[in-house]
Amino acid sequence: MKSETAMQPSEAAIAPLASRSQWPSFGSLVRRPEMGSVIGLIAVFVFFSIFGGEDFLSVGGAASWLNVAAELGIIALPVGLLMIAGQLDLSVGSMVPASSMTVAIISGHFHAPIIVGVLASLGLGLVVGFVNGLLVIRTRVPSFVVTLATLFALAGLTLGLSIILTGSTSVALKSGPIAKLLLGDYIGGKFEVTLFWWIAIVAIVGYILNLSRYGNWILAVGGDSVSARNAGIPTDRLTIALYMGSGLCAAFVGLSQAILYNSAQVAAGQSFIFNSIIAVVVGGVLLTGGYGSVVGIVLGTVTFSVVNQGIFYTGFNANWASLIIGILLLLAVVMNNTFRNMALTYAARTKTRTRS
Amino acid sequence: MTIPLLKLTGINKSFGPIDVLRDISLDVNRGEVLCLLGDNGAGKSTLIKILSGVHKATSGVMEMDGKPVSFDSPRDASDHGIATVHQFGGTFQLMSIGRSFFVGAEPTKRWGPLVIFDRKRANEIAVREMRQLGITRIDDGNRLVGGLSGGERQALAIARAVHFGASVLILDEPTAALGVKEAAHVLRIVLQARQKGIAVIFITHNVVHALTVGDHFAVPIRGSKAADFRKGEKSREEITDLMAGGEQMAELEAEIESYMTKHEGHPPRVGG
Ligand SMILES: Nc1ncnc2c1ncn2[C@@H]1O[C@H](COP(=O)(O)OP(=O)(O)OP(=O)(O)O)[C@@H](O)[C@H]1O
Ligand SMILES: [Mg+2]
Repeated sequence: MKSETAMQPSEAAIAPLASRSQWPSFGSLVRRPEMGSVIGLIAVFVFFSIFGGEDFLSVGGAASWLNVAAELGIIALPVGLLMIAGQLDLSVGSMVPASSMTVAIISGHFHAPIIVGVLASLGLGLVVGFVNGLLVIRTRVPSFVVTLATLFALAGLTLGLSIILTGSTSVALKSGPIAKLLLGDYIGGKFEVTLFWWIAIVAIVGYILNLSRYGNWILAVGGDSVSARNAGIPTDRLTIALYMGSGLCAAFVGLSQAILYNSAQVAAGQSFIFNSIIAVVVGGVLLTGGYGSVVGIVLGTVTFSVVNQGIFYTGFNANWASLIIGILLLLAVVMNNTFRNMALTYAARTKTRTRS
Repeated sequence: MTIPLLKLTGINKSFGPIDVLRDISLDVNRGEVLCLLGDNGAGKSTLIKILSGVHKATSGVMEMDGKPVSFDSPRDASDHGIATVHQFGGTFQLMSIGRSFFVGAEPTKRWGPLVIFDRKRANEIAVREMRQLGITRIDDGNRLVGGLSGGERQALAIARAVHFGASVLILDEPTAALGVKEAAHVLRIVLQARQKGIAVIFITHNVVHALTVGDHFAVPIRGSKAADFRKGEKSREEITDLMAGGEQMAELEAEIESYMTKHEGHPPRVGG
């Protein structure tokens, strides 16, 4: 930056530079898209620390919301990437049980090795994602409608095939110790192994969005897909890849649930549809695309989970949790909008101040 | 005469039953500004979308340096050195200057085993290129594009095209939404690009802007080329008449004339 200024030693250019270097932390802090979710999380955490008391703050309390956060987070991250790219994916709500049933039917009902069931589940996730992506780019129907259709279609398919193949809507699955250890067990009796998978996926998605060039493509496609295509970005392939990512992650959660609980149900997982959207939006991702961050999605996920589980540590009826989440969602979005607008105007305002 | 950098012969374009362009032939030369002047819906944007690989011509020949070319995608056109700043969009409101500048052509570096987007370099280059076009107020590539003024955004888009070594720079109404000062700045940038030997295609409704920078003018009317002339061959009034379709403008003038004689020399009140 310094050499840049030396090249064109104009007064107006140097002044704001100097002022910014004095306040780097404030400037960059306010500009963070996830400021709203940081405040939201702090508020929620303080609230439940007061009303939930020591139990909420204990290791067991932490485990209860972390476990929820891990499963939700694994789905919210790719759903968030899609939302930044301007697309929704509601079909995760059916992908989770479809994947649970796939692994349970193949490895439980038909006694195939667990690895076969796992790979088939993940493969199914990729296929469903591919179909979603292809439908979205080919039909040009809004992704809300397309994935609503695949949500129902996949739910029907799962139910129908389960009845035909097993005669039941719930199938038991016994998996060996290695599969348990890797995919569905409690560490220290409390923490699900999916926590580690969540951390790994945070790292991968963080790399994609913040560090790799694909992050730039995702932001650009969500910001203005026509301009992005004109700039030479393979928008269709990118969209398909992102849907395959969310299909894969939803499938992962489904199969790990089946392995953890030793059984699979046809009707599990619908809660992921809205919960993932809430986590992502609370995390500062713009519903219409073009803006968002991985840190924000993680914070939104944790905030949701803390409310969802924290309520059990208070004396309140658990039904109040939804009310809190509803209010939180509104507040977080309003705050995120405010901070986003500040990010747009922040630099300009400092300049006027320095000049006058 | 040297071979024109870009030569169009008999270009037609229809969208289904609608003929939007009819038999357009044009030469675009290095170091010249070609102005496309024309009324709304004349087909200017459609023509440059063909040049930039967004649409394919229904028929006709496009040559670069005397060799026939055909663009399958915007990427294809930009690989041939044609950079376009489209009429709507082209910049990403909620992306940083550095990110927006390099969309689709990100600089990368190695970071351990990973290949990562070189944000620092992207920001530096973007800011430097904008400064070279005289936008000295911008010093931080992390600023969001949405916080820039209209002229600064145009400059960002033009700087991007110049940086990636465009030999043809197409600007679709870059001054349309700008105030006098910002428009003047964009015009200066256009002349700067011309000086570098870039062929500029400049679309505008504003005859004054066109006359300020243009070397060569073409006026499409309802999809056909109505006129093609060089600097100094036509006056401002003649060009205005041409754009409005000749007679209509004369009619309007006659109307105003008769109004003024009826109202003892008072021109009609505007917006009353
Ligand atoms: N994709 C399309 N499908 C059908 N018709 C189109 C399409 N694009 C443009 N047209 C039509 O072609 C004609 C020319 O449009 P174009 O955008 O090229 O005009 P223009 O000269 O750029 O106008 P303006 O000065 O208003 O920007 C218009 O009548 C428009 O409705
Ligand atoms: Mg146009």
